[in-house]
Amino acid sequence: MRETVLEVKGLRTYFYIREGVLRAVDGLSYSVNKGEFVALVGESACGKSVSALSIMRLIPYPPGIIVGGEIIFEGRDLLKLSEEEMRSIRGNRIAMVFQEPMTSLNPVLTIGRQIAESLELHRGLEKNDALVEAANLLKLVGIPDAERRLNDYPYQFSGGMQQRIMIAMALSCNPVLLIADEPTTSVDVTVQAQLMELMNNLRSQFGMSVILITHNLGLVARYADRVNVMYAGRLVESGLTDTIYSQPHHPYTVGLIASVPRLDLPRQRPLYVIPGLPPNLVRLSPNVCAFAPRCRFAISKCTEQRPELEQVGDEHWVACFRHQEIPELTAMECER
Amino acid sequence: MTGNGYLVEVNNLVKYFPVLAGVMRRKVADIKAVDGVSFGVKQGEVVGLVGESGCGKTTVGRCILRLYDVTSGNIYFQGKDITTIEGEELRRLRRDMQLIFQDPYASLNPRMTIGDIIGEPLLVHGLSQGKEYRQKVAELLEIVELEPRMADRYPHEFSGGQRQRIGIARALATRPKFIVCDEPVSALDVSIQAQVIKLLKQLKEELGLTYLFIAHDLSVVRYISDRVVVMYLGKIVETADSEELYTTPLHPYTQALLSAVPIPCPEVDRSRKRILLTGDVPSPLFPPSGCRFHTRCRLAKDECKKKEPELREVGTEHWVACHLV
Ligand SMILES: Nc1ncnc2c1ncn2[C@@H]1O[C@H](COP(=O)(O)OP(=O)(O)OP(=O)(O)O)[C@@H](O)[C@H]1O
Ligand SMILES: Nc1ncnc2c1ncn2[C@@H]1O[C@H](COP(=O)(O)OP(=O)(O)OP(=O)(O)O)[C@@H](O)[C@H]1O
Ligand code: SF4
Ligand SMILES: [Mg+2]
Ligand SMILES: [Mg+2]
Repeated sequence: MRETVLEVKGLRTYFYIREGVLRAVDGLSYSVNKGEFVALVGESACGKSVSALSIMRLIPYPPGIIVGGEIIFEGRDLLKLSEEEMRSIRGNRIAMVFQEPMTSLNPVLTIGRQIAESLELHRGLEKNDALVEAANLLKLVGIPDAERRLNDYPYQFSGGMQQRIMIAMALSCNPVLLIADEPTTSVDVTVQAQLMELMNNLRSQFGMSVILITHNLGLVARYADRVNVMYAGRLVESGLTDTIYSQPHHPYTVGLIASVPRLDLPRQRPLYVIPGLPPNLVRLSPNVCAFAPRCRFAISKCTEQRPELEQVGDEHWVACFRHQEIPELTAMECER
Repeated sequence: MTGNGYLVEVNNLVKYFPVLAGVMRRKVADIKAVDGVSFGVKQGEVVGLVGESGCGKTTVGRCILRLYDVTSGNIYFQGKDITTIEGEELRRLRRDMQLIFQDPYASLNPRMTIGDIIGEPLLVHGLSQGKEYRQKVAELLEIVELEPRMADRYPHEFSGGQRQRIGIARALATRPKFIVCDEPVSALDVSIQAQVIKLLKQLKEELGLTYLFIAHDLSVVRYISDRVVVMYLGKIVETADSEELYTTPLHPYTQALLSAVPIPCPEVDRSRKRILLTGDVPSPLFPPSGCRFHTRCRLAKDECKKKEPELREVGTEHWVACHLV
């Protein structure tokens, strides 16, 4: 048995906004093993960031509240901890790299000061030792001329470098779990490759677990052990990476994979387009399959009941009433 | 220059941006954003333009559209030198060439209705008025697969993909011949991205358009382009037919760029050779001597530091600038 680091059970995070109750995360369950690399994918606004912020207990209140569920981390339910206990976990046992690097670095503090402060706080290092260690971390994430650059301010670094600095900050505390929310969206493919290799090396070196939130299905294929596919605040499919790509069982997963152009396939291969728009999370009924309005395979049951996750194979779960037929029905899209 | 089949041709294009400093705002250096670029786009063709951030893609596009004045070099449209035309001539040219922006959020005026945003170019160019104008706007909305009754709504009421369609409808209003698409799908979600790519491709066929398609996602560029131009620090390093460039890239930079793209299929991805580029792109203020790529090139020889490689034709319409090819 692999050791479980994180277990999210029935998580529900709602936003009470003018239009009503926005159920951003509505019954999300998954777990992460030690040293495991888990990808969280799904279209914009499906609740990926909110689910990550919920684990960190960083949901802005008002309008957001975690209304239910459990988040078991190292045997304790994070949702039951006091704010003070949570502070000793955040940026310590669990670190997060946020979607926007500039908004999470302090613009008026030098990079050296920021990393050193984190080291003083989390690892109890002395001021001078902390600066030496900060330079080491910058070297580790591939910032050239690290000692000198400790004195620079965030704006003096390129976008890709800022993102690497964010990763350095996140790693300054040797986290057990790293949550990286779109850590490479604003950088070039070449820098992206460097950053991903870095995260992956740290995982194998220190046994750190990683949750990667991304739209890039290529990165997922390359790095993830397991893929969790989210739709409208819930998991619709979860499985080992090879399984998800070779035998997707949920119509949304099938469409998602078939809608990205691929360098290795003939250029003429038509792109699959998932019809329609993402659901409105305020108006969405909890008693239907949220994907039904866009699903080619919807039957009347799909608009009368909500499909729950069912195990369909080794470490493979799907929430679709027609999951048994889907692989055959979608053989065309999955062809390569 | 006429009769060679090129709708747009760029000849030795150079664009420097001055760096000003001090109270006198004196020029202290030049950002060599584009430094001697030549290529053509044939009628009905889609040419992709790729390269890392800051290599000069947007600048090339904007020079062609005459949104920037060039430092030197020439731009031809339908065989005519348009590098310095002005006044009425330039105004007419603006109808024939349009731009689609990356950011569907920032590029639409939030206080204008969708109808007014799309119709504005028609009014500016005096192309239609009154009832005919409203009908044109409705047609444009239909072309991009939006409903005509949406004309009275405001941008904030639309999703990213819908806003990008609105931007496309606006670009189509003057019935242009040539469109520069500058990262048109980069800000969109995969599933929405597929919708917009498909639409652009379909419009090209139906309306006989010609595109310069700028993007950093190489899989997307390959999907839509007939030919691809690869830039590095203001220079073209390689250009070839789309399929050929992806199957037989010759420049070490193109090879690294392509190998860095992960394939969304674990089996296939595992079997690919990867070349990891180290270091960041050097500053365009002080580009490296010789071959600009030599500081990051795994194959660089002494010659590469000293002599600048020329862009040479090494196969049918396959051009490379590298001493070792
Ligand atoms: N502070 C907030 N106030 C109100 N609604 C919010 C807030 N934060 C998020 N939401 C809503 O919660 C839903 C889920 O948002 P979330 O940021 O988790 O999406 P995401 O999956 O991370 O999308 P993306 O891929 O675009 O980052 C969205 O409908 C969003 O509008
Ligand atoms: N208006 C301007 N004034 C000064 N410098 C500029 C201007 N526009 C671009 N530059 C500089 O010229 C170079 C090329 O910029 P350009 O925007 O063409 O790059 P790009 O290839 O489009 O990059 P990206 O992929 O990030 O959009 C960069 O170094 C940029 O900082
Ligand atoms: S449950 Fe029904 S609507 Fe939902 S994905 Fe399956 S077939 Fe489609
Ligand atoms: Mg997000
Ligand atoms: Mg650009």
